Amino acid sequence: MSDTTIVSPVGTRIAQAKHDRAGALIGYLPVGFPTLEGSIDAAVALVENGVDVLELGLPYTDPVMDGPVIQKATQTALENGFRLRDAFTAVEAIRSRVDAPILLMTYWNPVVQYGVDRFADDLVSAGGAGLITPDLTVDSGAPWLAASDRTGLDRVFLAAPTSTGERLELAVTNSRGFVYVVSTMGVTGARNDVDASARTLVDRLRAVGSTSACVGIGISTGEQVAEVLEYADGAIVGSALVRALSEDGVQGAAKVAASLAVGTRR
Amino acid sequence: MTTHLRDEQGPFFGEFGGRFMPESLIAALDEIAAAYDEAKNDPAFAAELTELHRSYTGRPSILTEAPRFARHAGDARIILKREDLNHTGSHKINNVLGQALLARRLGKTRLIAETGAGQHGVATATAAALMGMSCVVYMGEVDTERQALNVARMRLLGAEVVPVTTGTRTLKDALNEAFRDWVANVEDTHYVLGTVAGPHPFPVMVRDFHKIIGEEARQQVLDLTGALPDAVIACVGGGSNAIGIFHAFLDDPDVTLIGYEAAGDGVDTLRHAATITMGRPGVLHGSRSMMLQDEDGQTSDSHSISAGLDYPGVGPEHAWLASIGRAQYLPITDKEAMAAFRLLCETEGIIPAIESAHALAGALTLGRELGPDKVILINLSGRGDKDVETAARYFGVLDEVALVATELEASSLEAGELASDALTDELHAGSGEAAELASGRGVQL
Repeated sequence: MSDTTIVSPVGTRIAQAKHDRAGALIGYLPVGFPTLEGSIDAAVALVENGVDVLELGLPYTDPVMDGPVIQKATQTALENGFRLRDAFTAVEAIRSRVDAPILLMTYWNPVVQYGVDRFADDLVSAGGAGLITPDLTVDSGAPWLAASDRTGLDRVFLAAPTSTGERLELAVTNSRGFVYVVSTMGVTGARNDVDASARTLVDRLRAVGSTSACVGIGISTGEQVAEVLEYADGAIVGSALVRALSEDGVQGAAKVAASLAVGTRR
Repeated sequence: MTTHLRDEQGPFFGEFGGRFMPESLIAALDEIAAAYDEAKNDPAFAAELTELHRSYTGRPSILTEAPRFARHAGDARIILKREDLNHTGSHKINNVLGQALLARRLGKTRLIAETGAGQHGVATATAAALMGMSCVVYMGEVDTERQALNVARMRLLGAEVVPVTTGTRTLKDALNEAFRDWVANVEDTHYVLGTVAGPHPFPVMVRDFHKIIGEEARQQVLDLTGALPDAVIACVGGGSNAIGIFHAFLDDPDVTLIGYEAAGDGVDTLRHAATITMGRPGVLHGSRSMMLQDEDGQTSDSHSISAGLDYPGVGPEHAWLASIGRAQYLPITDKEAMAAFRLLCETEGIIPAIESAHALAGALTLGRELGPDKVILINLSGRGDKDVETAARYFGVLDEVALVATELEASSLEAGELASDALTDELHAGSGEAAELASGRGVQL
């Protein structure tokens, strides 16, 4: 059960976005792509162009939830020599330039090898807000639940269309910041239509008490952001930003972010 | 109090195992676990699987004694469990038929699989054809090249083979791609995971479908020799054939169990796949086990001449058996494996899979260590038809060179003695030099 006395930086920012606008825009970029400095500049540009919350992906050799665009970027980052400590460097650098909460999205083994508590402490020191864990569910996550409660970090668990009601409740009560709504059955990657099942899933999450549900996977346009924010608290965009960054650099990513942010206007 | 090592049912084996998977797949894993529990207690399920074993796979697989090979193994008594004679050419069919029946029970119409050497892919394509299901097999691009024959076999069986071009383009990346497919298509698709790794319930379920190997062999050895074997050995990649033959012997404390891992160019190099020997605990492909990784937890590239052992992880039950000392895991280099491969061909007229040749190489050392007349049961997990091209290139016997039988006989006998001397003092050292001697002049024809 999430400790209700902890104030969630990400949850607060999303609530504020809902108050001011239609909801929050959450932007994903991998750390170290195209370079460490390049990824920091790109993340800063996203915030300057309307992204409310940053999600920084940690490149990993076996990313089973990622589609081709993000895989290619993270593989490049690994080939360029990405190290875990670069993630903390990036968080600190971005936080010194813009004010947006930063979540790291990471597969579980790197955290295990770094040491769950050490990872949490270093993330706090760098000014990070918490973790999104695509291959760690609540029922397998006891060490992370303990470390995040100790440090007050946010923890975002995933909810899928196939999740049972019982599991949705588990995700809602244990997530802090938001629940990551997997909009469609599949890996990351832009799609033309965000699955209608996202709407159904958010309804089911509301029914078990969710006040902060953000939809990801498949969103690539401002129109889709607007559509998602009709029923969800935030829209998460990844592949479309990564593609823009790889094709047109920081300026390209900034431009796409700005066009996505249009969808958050009421 | 007696402990029964055979009773472990997961999700955890000691500190190993568990389920580290995207939420999108948890429902499917729960569904499989429930269906498997139900099927286990359903006599009709068991009857159907048993009948397929009998009339389709060709079970029970026989034992073959290997006395001429044994002369090179300290005159130990070498007994081969002939999983290579199963339909499709390896032990993999045992698991695949079980899972395909389960998939049918769940109403799934599409099977997907990962494959390294292609043996599991061939078995899955076979089961899909048998049961009228569609089939997609993910195979690392590197492996599609070194196992081209198996790619053709899968296609002939009606399966689609997808070469995987991400990551290291080998078995681990094929698993990643199969998981990605499964996340997107879980409604109509069953992922036939091919080894005792992955998230619960796969390690337990795949083990159960393979434990028939050891159950048959235990009785067969008793019938043949009047006693249990002194040692039971197998090669270990993910570890399915090894757990299959070990499991029946787990609670026989006098039976030594040894799994041989692929040491590639040697465990003192960066090019190997000796996961338990050189790895440390971590989470890969859904479970906590031993794995090869760098300081940051990034999975290391593995290497082995054998595509089926070229995997930087291992099943959690093996990690557990190693941690409690019930089984040992030792490295065998490419050279040692290839020398044993050739030796079995020449002494017994059996072409083994290169994977299985790692266990044969282990027997050469182990036999000398145990002494004459000790009984070593080897799981000959697969046949080497798929490896003919690799081996022919390795030994330089492809097309251009005609082998002279007498030369071969002379070189292998001499090599055996040389190897015997060289290995006496160096029981478990992955001794590339000794292996080179064992393969003798045959290597450089």
